[in-house]
Amino acid sequence: MNGEPLDWIALSGKRAKGKRPEFFDDPALDRLYSTVFAMAAEISALRERQDTVERLLDENGTLSRADIEAYEPTREAADERGLATRAYIARIMRGFQQEVEAMEAKDPPIMDVVTQLSRE
Amino acid sequence: MASDLPPPYTALTLHGMSPRTTHDEAARFNFLTHFNRYLSGDIGAGNKLAYEKRVLPAFRAEHGRDPEHRYEIRDVMNKDEWHRVWSALKRNSMEMRQHFGRQVVLRQLDELDAQARQYNEHSGMLELDSTIEQPFYQTAVDIHCQPGGYHSEERDGDVSVGANYDVGLFATVGGALGGLNDGGGQAVVNWAKTERPDWQPKRILDIGCTIGHNAVPIAQAYPDAEVIAIDTAGASLRYAAARAASLGVTNIKFVQASGEDLSRFEDESFDWVQTTMFLHELSARAMPRILAEANRVLKPGGLILHVEQPQYTDEMPLFEQFMRDWDAFNNNEPFWSAMHGQDLKQVMADAGFAKDSQFTAGVRAVVDPDIFPPSPDEGEEDFGRAAIWNAYGAWKAEQAAVAA
Repeated sequence: MNGEPLDWIALSGKRAKGKRPEFFDDPALDRLYSTVFAMAAEISALRERQDTVERLLDENGTLSRADIEAYEPTREAADERGLATRAYIARIMRGFQQEVEAMEAKDPPIMDVVTQLSRE
Repeated sequence: MASDLPPPYTALTLHGMSPRTTHDEAARFNFLTHFNRYLSGDIGAGNKLAYEKRVLPAFRAEHGRDPEHRYEIRDVMNKDEWHRVWSALKRNSMEMRQHFGRQVVLRQLDELDAQARQYNEHSGMLELDSTIEQPFYQTAVDIHCQPGGYHSEERDGDVSVGANYDVGLFATVGGALGGLNDGGGQAVVNWAKTERPDWQPKRILDIGCTIGHNAVPIAQAYPDAEVIAIDTAGASLRYAAARAASLGVTNIKFVQASGEDLSRFEDESFDWVQTTMFLHELSARAMPRILAEANRVLKPGGLILHVEQPQYTDEMPLFEQFMRDWDAFNNNEPFWSAMHGQDLKQVMADAGFAKDSQFTAGVRAVVDPDIFPPSPDEGEEDFGRAAIWNAYGAWKAEQAAVAA
């Protein structure tokens, strides 16, 4: 069973059987979403790692990689980090969130307002 | 404000088979947990807005009536820019969960396999049967986009699919299933203990157990009972049995078998037949077969209980049905739509469970409230994923009606 080592990186990315829905008219946009949000996850992980480093340094004044890997936040620290992740997601998702808001607002075209103000 | 924050991945309880995560692997799951909640909660509302503000008015203008079926809503919503964007985000989140989980598992597969072998060789709790064929409803697509489904292997005898299923559940449900991802099984136990405090079932069958996360709590709650947990997917059972053994559970056995053919078990030989989030992963022909077999092996006075998401009834708005259908079309759950559209009470009745012996109950994941926040309320629930379920069950009539 433990013969050739698995190429775990290649195997991890295996697709799930079943035709993938096409969400956009241009397939390039589907590919782009996959990359953008994978990067969003990476940035989030990096930010969390940075926070771990800072907390360990605050507490101990020194750190090792093993300390980082073994770090488990207290409930309080976890809440602070969770809040930071929530705020981070709110920042990167602003465009989507504001589109939802705009659906409720029904703003007229800006030219309508420009015209109105030029007259009134 | 912070009270409804999901717990970090490191709050999960490790068992002997838990894949170990590096700092960054856990952090990626933390991102997905938040991201999933954001998609269903914060911006999930955009779907209903888009429907009410523009999609429904356009439909009415074109057809002179309201949509009459969830599929009509689906057809027009799939053309809506917002719904397409939201669906793309959600699909990507599912795919990332699989990719991240597989990276965690496959890089340490040697250790996990060795660990599983040790547990399974010593526990005697695993009984595989290589003659069991994988039913087409398990192989037509990889269910919920898990590469390899429940049944595949990267190499002979491995535990990769079971381990990956376990490691990513936390992110998919936003931490709502508790420390061992067993909130569903705990919910069932809680319901049974409340409903019949003195009931002591002796023999329990769990059909479609996958990694046993919902069967193990039943075995733990009824230590004098013998629990038999079956699944067609030997690859998942290998992990399930090792996981259960690592938790110190001894009164459960994982057997590779199909619920469609329970001929290895005698008539009226179980006090309780359980399925948890299983019926929607079958097919139109398989479901009644399994229910009929369940009826046959259940003792008079015994309990059959299915934990599922709510069925689509005439009372459920079509838009909600459409949203609940999302996974059927976008997350490889192909029987989800048809199954939830059925009159389950009638299907159960046809399988032999008299309607007057049937009941439905609401169950909610039971988790440690000190660590895990409650599942989001009904209003903002993640259609099909919140840890709030309906239980469809029956106490089998004590005396079977005499055939006329």
